[in-house]
Amino acid sequence: MSLSRRHFLGTAAAGAASLAASRVSFAQGAPIKIGILHSLSGTMAISETTLKDVMLMLIEDQNRKGGVLGRRLEAVVADPASNWPLFAEKARELISRDQVSAVFGCWTSVSRKSVLPVFKELNNILFYPVQYEGEESERNVFYTGAAPNQQAIPAVDYLMSKDGGEAKRWVLAGTDYVYPRTTNKILEAYLLSKGVAPADIMINYTPFGHSDWQTIVADIKRFGSAGKKTAVVSTINGDANVPFYKELGNQGIKATDIPVVAFSVGEEELAGIDTKPLVGHLAAWNYFQSVKNPANEAFIKRWQEFTRNPRRVTNDPMEAHYIGFNMWVKAVEKAGTFDPDKVIDALPGITAPNLTGGVSEMLPNHHITKPVLIGEVRDDGQFDVVWQTSGLVPGDAWSKHLEGSKDLIGDWVTRKCGNFNTVTNRCGS
Amino acid sequence: MITLRLMRALAGREQVFLALLAALIVLVPVGNLVMPPDSVLHIPTGTVVLLGKYVCYAILAIALDLVWGYCGILSLGHGAFFALGGYAMGMYLMRQIGTRGVYGHPVLPDFMVFLNWKELPVTWWGFDWFGYAMLMVVLVPGVLAFVFGWLAFRSRVTGVYLSIITQALTYALLLAFFRNDMGFGGNNGLTDFKDILGFPVQAQSTRVGLFVLSVATLAATFGLARWLVGSTYGKVLVAIRDAESRTRFLGYRVEHHKLLVFTLSAMLAGIAGALYVPQVGIINPSEFAPTNSIEAVVWVAVGGRGTLVGAALGAVVVNALKTVFTTGALAPYWLFALGGLFVLVTLALPQGILGLLERRRAAKSTAVSPKAAE
Amino acid sequence: MTVSPLRWLCACGLWLILAVAQPLQAQPATIPADAATRLAEDGFSATEAAIGLIAASGAPHAVAALEAMADRRLLFWKDPARAIWRDAAGASFDLLTGEAVASPPAGASLVRVNNRLRGAIQAALGTLTLLSPDPQRRLRAAEAVLRSRDQAALADVETALARETVARVRVALLEARAALILTGTTADRPTREGAIATLVDVADTTALTVLRQVLPTADATLKPVIEAGIASIERTMAIRDVAQTVWFGLSLGSVLLLAAIGLAITFGVMGVINMAHGEMVMIGAYVTFVVQEVIRTHAPHLFDWSLPIAIPLAFVCAGAVGIAIERGIIRFLYGRPLETLLATFGVSLVLQQAIRTWFGPTNREVGAPSYMSGFFEVWGLQITYGRLWILVFTLVVFACLLLVLRATPLGLQMRAVTQNRRMASAMGIRTRFVDAMTFGLGSGIAGIAGVALSQIDNVSPNLGQSYIIDSFMVVVFGGVGNLWGTLVAAFTLGIANKVLEPFAGAVLGKILILILLILFIQKRPRGLFALKGRAVEQ
Repeated sequence: MSLSRRHFLGTAAAGAASLAASRVSFAQGAPIKIGILHSLSGTMAISETTLKDVMLMLIEDQNRKGGVLGRRLEAVVADPASNWPLFAEKARELISRDQVSAVFGCWTSVSRKSVLPVFKELNNILFYPVQYEGEESERNVFYTGAAPNQQAIPAVDYLMSKDGGEAKRWVLAGTDYVYPRTTNKILEAYLLSKGVAPADIMINYTPFGHSDWQTIVADIKRFGSAGKKTAVVSTINGDANVPFYKELGNQGIKATDIPVVAFSVGEEELAGIDTKPLVGHLAAWNYFQSVKNPANEAFIKRWQEFTRNPRRVTNDPMEAHYIGFNMWVKAVEKAGTFDPDKVIDALPGITAPNLTGGVSEMLPNHHITKPVLIGEVRDDGQFDVVWQTSGLVPGDAWSKHLEGSKDLIGDWVTRKCGNFNTVTNRCGS
Repeated sequence: MITLRLMRALAGREQVFLALLAALIVLVPVGNLVMPPDSVLHIPTGTVVLLGKYVCYAILAIALDLVWGYCGILSLGHGAFFALGGYAMGMYLMRQIGTRGVYGHPVLPDFMVFLNWKELPVTWWGFDWFGYAMLMVVLVPGVLAFVFGWLAFRSRVTGVYLSIITQALTYALLLAFFRNDMGFGGNNGLTDFKDILGFPVQAQSTRVGLFVLSVATLAATFGLARWLVGSTYGKVLVAIRDAESRTRFLGYRVEHHKLLVFTLSAMLAGIAGALYVPQVGIINPSEFAPTNSIEAVVWVAVGGRGTLVGAALGAVVVNALKTVFTTGALAPYWLFALGGLFVLVTLALPQGILGLLERRRAAKSTAVSPKAAE
Repeated sequence: MTVSPLRWLCACGLWLILAVAQPLQAQPATIPADAATRLAEDGFSATEAAIGLIAASGAPHAVAALEAMADRRLLFWKDPARAIWRDAAGASFDLLTGEAVASPPAGASLVRVNNRLRGAIQAALGTLTLLSPDPQRRLRAAEAVLRSRDQAALADVETALARETVARVRVALLEARAALILTGTTADRPTREGAIATLVDVADTTALTVLRQVLPTADATLKPVIEAGIASIERTMAIRDVAQTVWFGLSLGSVLLLAAIGLAITFGVMGVINMAHGEMVMIGAYVTFVVQEVIRTHAPHLFDWSLPIAIPLAFVCAGAVGIAIERGIIRFLYGRPLETLLATFGVSLVLQQAIRTWFGPTNREVGAPSYMSGFFEVWGLQITYGRLWILVFTLVVFACLLLVLRATPLGLQMRAVTQNRRMASAMGIRTRFVDAMTFGLGSGIAGIAGVALSQIDNVSPNLGQSYIIDSFMVVVFGGVGNLWGTLVAAFTLGIANKVLEPFAGAVLGKILILILLILFIQKRPRGLFALKGRAVEQ
């Protein structure tokens, strides 16, 4: 049984271990503080608590290696409780009261939007580890999750390919918030440009936490019966996925008939579902736990040891934090200081190994290069990688498929501007 | 002269409360703007923002106490009025961004450009004018409360039924504002404000200014509410709370009394929301969440229902606890503390914190008085 | 159990034919070596070619090998190319010869399969297993052929059809044959018309798919027939849609009722505004999780019994927590209903965080026993077993509750105490005991609801939160203190929601329901079935 009392003991023990590790000799000076801003209560705790734990682990490991620039790191955990104004309040507290050198945090776009003015005002660094809708490039934020071109478009390409089943008809199903709206907008434009007829695209939005999927799944089934191979692109948000997949399984929609490719369903979400009826449904990510290479295996082993749970899974946002944290360490070493302002300038161009065997680079637009992997759900809750990009894909801050943003680029190295218009050659418009 | 008479009419705790507000208005700007940052007396900007937020919650709490504490209407939807006021303010602030949005569109806010909207929806017209926006801050919650109240009180929906439908109201608004098609920014809400009446929102002096304005509004709200409950009208409200049917049989138009106080309270909540948004920098549909409204009720109960001052006190105490407990080692356990506090207050302190303070003072004075008699 | 002699004879006959037919066909016993070479290339297209070779070989072990490939039990070696499969027990067999392999060498890799290959395997298996003695397999085979429209299977379908005795399989085979005839090029016009007629008779989505697919390429004279067929199927389906909507509504209603029924006791009967009600549901769901976890580690064969075991346990656990809350907190608050709201809100926060601390914040896996998964069709309506059982279960719980309240001494005392506490006390009823029991009963039923809801929703600390608002709406809409009202309200809201959803969308539909509810309460301020008399005016 994997009751989390163990998990709790595990964290406590890990804390003790980090104290022990702190006896590794450190140079003079107080420890350097790192802020962790993930919800530990409320609706988002379900996803974000894991990221807090992974940061604690990474910081502990770094201290074992002797810290950074000879200084010990210390994690400061804040709980914004899935409450958006509280995110801003906690960010301010971490930066001005605790004097942290960088913050790793946020999950939803709205939480990022909420803390953004604070980071700009107090000039600190936020590492944001989750795939998002793009359309943003800020000096103080480093986006280590996927932009739409690193997840959505390759997934659709795969489904249109021979291996993916040559889908001709598309259901874009999402939760009604900005990430699905934007992703679907981009995908719709992309599909139309690929010659898909408007009648062959069905778009459907549901509220957060939607739990009764009978009608929608039946609709999808009917839409799929028009005689053309149909695929579902799901941007359904975390909580609503379990009932959605349960309904798919119950209504007998098999992946061989209508495959569902999801952008928000990873190992962590599947841990709550019996995946036998879902074998073959897909997910597009930049990392899967099942990827075989020594770095990943070591990471998984360490994570399961850290959480004292041999069945604990890893997922994509965890890898994003792993990359982001290592980039921060390297940037601090390059800049020779913890001063956020200098580290921000040192970060673009920094490379750090990712867990899929490549080396990711921080780009001038503050997004990173990542491989795109398509995985099929296995009956043990893991994914089988069935396709992957040959190289790393650079993240686009601004989508080329949206009217308002196709001329914009983010460049914090030479142009010092997050929304530079390449047509007017001006920053801002 | 009038002030003196007014002060005399107020109970001791109310005098203390007003004195405290006056002190805040003076000390906080001095502490933040005048004192050097390394001084012990310096108040960091973060604290000013935090206090400003508490003050807005206190206004909401007083508004709620007015309907619940004095008229017995338990509204589980006051967060909706607060959020509507906040949205009206947020829309004004969005329009002030002008071409400084990421896409540089002169009229449309970023999220509309982003979703390929071509023109400003009707609901947004006029919000670039401060006066109109401020009118909407009170009008939208006021009209909604009036219509809702008129329907509900006229057909004598009372007690838990009323509480549950107010909850349904805020829940429906929550779902509606989450919809991107509504044109209010969906889940991301309104954010990244630049300036208010030409003053940059992020500037220290603007923050202090907003804080002072909030405290002044709190004092005014308190004054209005205090005057109201002290008047004959207020006595009728209490009569309705204690025995609605009897009051009706005595010839009072219960519905009218209820409707007036409910609408007024919603307007006050709207003002609180409007002050809240520029200070926290974001307004999002989650402000409509039913738990937020329930939490507001809890503040009133914790502070002391039917005392006005207690409501404000409760709002500050609960939120301060939240701030303290959500950082550091206690972070995973703060819900235990908060939940435990609610249980404890209802069981041990039915009159709230204020009731406890007063009981202790009363106990002390009875303990002291025999000595004085000697 | 009796087996009709006729069926018995048929089955024997079929078996005989098969037994005789086998040696006559003089099949090659091996799969061509090329199959192993292609597999060793480790590419999806190469593997697909290998599937073709295996399927076409006619080797008796081809079916087992293909099934192993689909289940990720087929391994391959490069240099020299070789492949073996493992059966479910772990024994190894050579792909080419089908002979058992004692100790396979090291360095094997798994043959990777994706959806495309899984489809190819299904299609191949379909053709190979059309004549299987197991009707379930024949049914799957017919469906696979229908899906793949593999023209080569037509002859086998005809053979199978001639022998088929099970009605359900027969329909599937007929549909498959019709699809093959229509998508093929060889059949003459009357055969095609017959095929269209068959599809119109079946009138399901697959039939519609086939007709729509062949319509553009059909010759001009046949087009009107197909179009008429499509129109006919669409008419049938329109009627069916109404029934389907009603079924969805009933099913949603049963979930609402289940979630609200406990609240109808604690809130409706006792007047406690129980904000911790959702957490009782959550406790029930977590009890299910723990039961399943224990069964998985200690007695996997009992898995199908996990829900029957969890139900009483969930009742006891949630009931015990409920009694503890009543004894510890609520009994001090009788007569102050609004205070109970605050206290139970606090309790709900504590319980949520307690679960989060003990079980972690992430979703927990609660599996579906075999009888809860899948669906069956009645007149083309798809009824999922899980939903059906939940509906039945809800009605049973409701009936039991009515029985407890009406026909047991405890129920009598409960009603007495809630109607007139002092009078009841004067009659010698231990009111405090009855209070605790009533609250325990309400909480326990919420716990039972958690067992059922764990089958369709997330098992996470947020579970309760997602039902609490709906539950209050249902109880208030039905009329506080009236169980029948709760029943009617739940099904009304469920069906209304499902009727609105296709037109307004899920979000707007829900908003409309809430607005209608608010307006309804203006009309009937005390719900659908208001209690009458002086007691209501408190």
